[in-house]
Amino acid sequence: MAGIPHDHYEPKTGGEKWLHRRLPVLGILYDTIMIPTPKNLNWMWIWGIVLTFTLVLQIATGISLVMHYTPDTTLAFASVEHIMRDVNGGWALRYMHANGASLFFVAVYAHIFRGLYYGSYKEPREITWIIGILIYLLMMGTAFMGYVLPWGQMSFWGATVITGLFGAIPFIGEPIQTWLLGGPAVDNYTLTRFFSLHYLFPFVIAGLVIVHIWAFHTTGNNNPTGVEVRRTSKAEAQKDTVPFWPYFVIKDLFALAVILAVFFAVIGFMPNYLGHPDNYIEANPLATPAHIVPEWYFLPFYAILRAFTADVWVVQIASFVTGGIVDAKFFGVLAMFGAIAVMALAPWLDTSSVRSGKYRPMFKWWFALLIIDFIVLMWVGARPAEFPYDWISLIASAYWFGYFLVILPLLGVIEKPLPRPETIEDDFASHYGKSSETGGATASTPAE
Amino acid sequence: MFKKLALTAAMALALTTGGAFAAEGEQHIEDYDFSFEGPFGSYDQHQLQRGLQVYTEVCASCHGLRYVPFRDLSSESGPGLPEDQVRAYASQNFEVFDSELDDFRPATPADNFPVNDGVGAPDLSLMAKSRAGFHGPYGTGINQLVKGIGGPEYIASLLAGYTGETIEQAGTVLYENTAFPGGYISMPPPLLGDDVEYADGHETDIHSESKDVAAFLMWTAEPKMMARKQAGFVGVLFLTLLSVLLYLTNKRIWAPIKGKKNAT
Repeated sequence: MAGIPHDHYEPKTGGEKWLHRRLPVLGILYDTIMIPTPKNLNWMWIWGIVLTFTLVLQIATGISLVMHYTPDTTLAFASVEHIMRDVNGGWALRYMHANGASLFFVAVYAHIFRGLYYGSYKEPREITWIIGILIYLLMMGTAFMGYVLPWGQMSFWGATVITGLFGAIPFIGEPIQTWLLGGPAVDNYTLTRFFSLHYLFPFVIAGLVIVHIWAFHTTGNNNPTGVEVRRTSKAEAQKDTVPFWPYFVIKDLFALAVILAVFFAVIGFMPNYLGHPDNYIEANPLATPAHIVPEWYFLPFYAILRAFTADVWVVQIASFVTGGIVDAKFFGVLAMFGAIAVMALAPWLDTSSVRSGKYRPMFKWWFALLIIDFIVLMWVGARPAEFPYDWISLIASAYWFGYFLVILPLLGVIEKPLPRPETIEDDFASHYGKSSETGGATASTPAE
Repeated sequence: MFKKLALTAAMALALTTGGAFAAEGEQHIEDYDFSFEGPFGSYDQHQLQRGLQVYTEVCASCHGLRYVPFRDLSSESGPGLPEDQVRAYASQNFEVFDSELDDFRPATPADNFPVNDGVGAPDLSLMAKSRAGFHGPYGTGINQLVKGIGGPEYIASLLAGYTGETIEQAGTVLYENTAFPGGYISMPPPLLGDDVEYADGHETDIHSESKDVAAFLMWTAEPKMMARKQAGFVGVLFLTLLSVLLYLTNKRIWAPIKGKKNAT
C-alpha cells in the first residue's frame, strides 16, 4: 500500500516465510494494524471502531434471531413473541439487535459530522467519503427493512408510506413501487423479500467497510489540524505518527467500553424507549395508526420530505417549469434524496483550501448551526404536519441545502483562515505541553 | 401537506393526525407508582396474583392473552403460583380448542390463554407495551426517561378514568374517559370497585384493582423483565470496570509519547 512510509512486515520463522511466499495475509494484517496514525487524533476519531463493532454485533445477533424467526405475515409477529418469551436469552438478542440499530446510527451521525467539521471529505479522501455515504444509504435501507420484519403496526404502515414515495416518481414510479413490494400492496411477498434483503445488505456493507478502510489507509487518516503527515522520510513520518496498535486500539477500546456500558443500561433498563409502542400491535391493513412516525434516525430526512408542499413557491415554480411533472409529492422525494446527495458532493462544494474547521472562524458558526438544524429537523419530523411545524421544517430544510450549496462554496472565498501549525508534531507538543502543567496525574506516571 | 406524498393510507393518516395530537393534550394519565419501576424495581408477586384474579374474574370475559402460556404463572419472577395451582387454575377457568379431539377441552399448563376476540376486544398480552402514557415535553418523549413509557399507568388511568357520561354515536354507546385518546371509548366501565374479593385482604377500591391488573399486564407483556434488569446491571458493572482498566492502560501506554513531548 502506498502512503505514509513505515516498517513493513518481515516474516521471521520458517512457517511465516512459507506462508508469506504463497499468501501474504499476515503482511496485510500487520500493515493494517500497525498503520502510522496521526498522534493528535481526538475523541471524535473513535466512532470508526464503534461502527465496526456494531456491524459485527448486528450480524451476530441477527443470524441468531433468524434461527427462530418466521417470515410469514400470519406467523412473524407471533414468532417475535416466541423469541421474547420461549427462546433462551431471546429477549436479550432481540433487544440488542433493535437497540443496536440505534447505536449504529448514533455512531454513524457522529462519524459523519466529525468528517464534515474536520474536512475529512476533502482531497485526497473523496473516495473514502463517497463510500461512506454509500454505506450510510445501505444502512438506512437495511434498518428500514429490518423494522418491517416484526410485522407490527408501524412495520406495516411504515413500509406502506416509504414504498409509496417511489410511487411519486413520474412515469416509472408505479412499476418501481410494485417491483419493490412484489405486488400491489404491502403483503407476504413484501415481507419475504425484505427479509431476504435485510440478510444480504449487511454483508454488502461489510464489503464496503473494507474498501472504506482500504481507501483511508492509502491516504492516511485525517486529523484535527487537517495538516498532512510528513511523508518525505520514515524518520519524519514517525515524528507525526504512532502505530495504530497499541496506541489507538487501546484508546478506541476504552471509548467502546464506555459506550457499551451506556448501551447495556439502555437494554437493561429502558429497551423500548427508542421504539414505538404501536409496533407491539400486530399489523392490521384495515386500521391505520393515529400517526405514522419513522424511527428517530430517519426523522431529519423525513422532515425534509414533508417540508415541501404544494404551497411552497419553489415547488410551484418547479411544477410550472416542468409542466406539472414535478409535483409536490415528487419534489419532496427529490428533496429527501437531494439532502443526502448534497452531503455526498461536499468535497466539490467546499472551496476552502483549509481542511480543518478548527482554523476557520466563520465556518465554525455555520457548522454549529448545521448541527442545531439537524436536531431541529429530527424533532420536527416527529411532529404533525401543521402550523407552526410546517414552517419550522421548511426553514430547517432550506438551511440544510443552503449550508451545502451556498455557504460552503462562498466561505472558501470570503473567509480568512487562522494560522495553522506547521506539523502534527508541533500541534501535539503545544497541546500536551499545556495539559501536563495542570494535570498532576500525568506527572506521576513513569515516563519510560 | 402529508397527503401530497403517499397513498390513501397516508391520506387517512394526515386526516387523523391533527385530531390525535389535539386529543393527546387532554388525555390525563396518572403517574402511578409501581414496584417494578426504576433499574432495581421488581414485580410484587402478591400484586401480580391479585391482578391475575381481576383479569380472570373481570377482563377475561372479553379479552384474551394469546401469547401467555399458563405454565408461566408459576414463574418465580412472575406470579409464582405453585404448579398444582396453575394446573387447577387453567382447567377450572379456561377451555381451549384441541384439533386432535376436534373439540374443546379444559386448558392445561402447556396451553396458552385462549384467544378471545368474540366482541372485538383487543388482546391484552402486550397491551402494557403497546401504549405510551407520557409523550411530552412538546412530543419529544424525553420525560419518559424519568417517568417510564407509561404503559401500565395508561391502563390503570383508563380503568379508573370513566366520568359516567355517555354519548351515542351511529348506534353505539360511547363512554367518556379521561385517559382515552379522543375522550370517548366503546368499552363500558369494567371496574366499579369491590368487583373481586382478594384472598390477602387487600383493598378493592377501583384504584387498587386498576393498579393490580395494570401490574399483571406489565408482567404478561414483559415476563423477562427481572432477568433483563439483572443482566443490564451486571453488564453495566463489568463494562464500567473494564472501562476503568482500559482507561489506566491507555494512560500508561501514552505516557512516554506525551511525556517525551513535554520534555522538549
